[in-house]
Amino acid sequence: MDNPDRRRISRPMGLDTDILIAGGGLNGTTLALALASGGFDVTLVDPAPAAARADDAFDGRGYALSILSQRVLAGLGLWEGLKDRAGPILDIKVTDGRAGEGPSPFVLHFDHAEIEEGPMGYMVEDRHLRPAIIDALSDAGVRQLDGRRIVAQEPSESGIAATLDDGARLAAGVLVGCDGRMSGTAARAGIRHMRWDYGQTALVCAVAHERSHKGTAHQFFMPAGPLAILPLAGDRSSIVWTETTDRASEIQALDDAGYLDELRPRFGDFLGEISLAGRRFTYPLGLSFAHHFVAPRVALLGDAAHAVHPIAGQGLNAGLKDVAALAEVLTEARRRGEDVGRLDVLERYERWRRFDAATLALATDTFNRLFSNDNPVLRMVRDLGLGATNALPRLRRSFIREAAGLTGDLPRLAQGRPL
Amino acid sequence: MESATTIDPSEIAKFEAMAAEWWDPNGKFKPLHMLNPCRLDYITRQIAVEFDRDLSASRPFEGLRILDIGCGGGLLSEPMARLGADVVGADAAERNIPVARVHAEAQGLKIDYRHTTAEALAAAGERFDAVLNMEVVEHVADPLAYLTACHDLLKPGGLMTCSTINRNPKSFAMAIVGAEHIMRWLPKGTHEWSKFITPDELYSLLSQAGLDPVDRKGFVFNPVSWRWSLSDKDLSVNYVTTSLRPA
Repeated sequence: MDNPDRRRISRPMGLDTDILIAGGGLNGTTLALALASGGFDVTLVDPAPAAARADDAFDGRGYALSILSQRVLAGLGLWEGLKDRAGPILDIKVTDGRAGEGPSPFVLHFDHAEIEEGPMGYMVEDRHLRPAIIDALSDAGVRQLDGRRIVAQEPSESGIAATLDDGARLAAGVLVGCDGRMSGTAARAGIRHMRWDYGQTALVCAVAHERSHKGTAHQFFMPAGPLAILPLAGDRSSIVWTETTDRASEIQALDDAGYLDELRPRFGDFLGEISLAGRRFTYPLGLSFAHHFVAPRVALLGDAAHAVHPIAGQGLNAGLKDVAALAEVLTEARRRGEDVGRLDVLERYERWRRFDAATLALATDTFNRLFSNDNPVLRMVRDLGLGATNALPRLRRSFIREAAGLTGDLPRLAQGRPL
Repeated sequence: MESATTIDPSEIAKFEAMAAEWWDPNGKFKPLHMLNPCRLDYITRQIAVEFDRDLSASRPFEGLRILDIGCGGGLLSEPMARLGADVVGADAAERNIPVARVHAEAQGLKIDYRHTTAEALAAAGERFDAVLNMEVVEHVADPLAYLTACHDLLKPGGLMTCSTINRNPKSFAMAIVGAEHIMRWLPKGTHEWSKFITPDELYSLLSQAGLDPVDRKGFVFNPVSWRWSLSDKDLSVNYVTTSLRPA
């Protein structure tokens, strides 16, 4: 398990690992890699076996990675293996539509040719991204404790003692909770969340279609919620389709033919005939935001800190920004010889990320409230707004850069630089 | 010199409480904790450059003997020890020594804390690769005699970082009226403005002590980001210098 060639820092007596990560999802595993590259000894605990998490069967889920996220993955040496299977997003078209009516004449069009960084992002399938990260963990010397969960944690002046469900105890310098919106790490640290339920559920699936999507992502704003069509590699697209929760349960209960009958009028026929490719998922939508991102010896990251309405596909992208920021704060602290788990060190991460995450949560919330309805006045405002934004090249460029993740105070990994 | 094991057990709880005070990021020493990352950035980079060490490596300061003068609770000694250096922490205030020891022990760090002065260490023939002389010189009675002792403590080719506060109306406003009276960051009477030294005066004193001043930077507080950073140009209040003992 221990790789003797790995660089080690001097760990205070009695610590088993520098950083203990709860949760082996995309954020937790990426953070483990980033911290290992920064010279830390890292231990990752996840309730699911790694083999199950690394399963690469196609299940229809995909991520719209911002350029920033793509750079983080590149900085960690993961992009080489992914780039041939990633679909560039060259165009984003946003339209206000109503099922059966087709899109309104006002179309907001973002073209990657307007920014110098190339594509606005990349579509990557979950089945390619997850195994690529998990495979890299053992080479990086990350210790993985699978099929186990943390049941207790106790911070002290020199570290944090975690107890696992099999009774094992581990002392770490810092515990990072990457354990999702119902984070046990946060609950045990006494960190509460503000939560809003939207009464909406996202239906997620992949479709194959006759014609090429030419790298264009579409966002249709429907009365019940947005429909996103995101270009996967080949003639397939990932669909994120939001409905009221009641309506979503009805649709999810239909057989595939009935499901497609519901989707077709919303999707339109611009890509020819469509068929389902992979499984169908549902995700209830809600917004949650932790009152604090850090506590003594504890940091929260990704959905554990801030889960946003996935209206703009920014959840994973925001999580990877957290990863880059926390890895940089901790690595810099280590190079100064600081005790990396001290609250004043962890607060640097919180100060860096909290404002940005709150802005995103607020923006997606407002966006959703503005667009998820059939109020004729708001519909007109939306149409005029989309049209006006389209007419203003500078404003449009700033939206493109925001969507690509190229704004704000960027961590080094997110600039494509090493830690 | 007393060792950690000779501390009266009944005293340990008291020292632990004082250590907790020294190390509380929001407590009495908050301004030092806020300044510390910036001081450490400067110190670690100067040492790394001079002794050709890679800060991304494990224990980059292994093999270096470092003296922290006026070590207090060990805010600089502990990071140096964590980076692998062999550290002596000296403080003229006797009560700081067991406090610093208790904290270092809890962190699993081996640091040689001593109740002594720079002059006494120099007279005893102690020699170091690097001397950290941070926020001390403005408190001593005879800066030239003190800096001469610091010179003697360095091995030939050794490096000293020395920080202090500039003397001008702005530093009076910031360090005394601002930090002591308005912000209550520091106890009143911590500083005596007339003892503050301008960067040119410090360079001249360092040269008279036989040292080669090679670098100076300002520590600048940004009230918007609420963070200290290093500045090449603004040495108007807090500043730091590096000097070398000629080989």
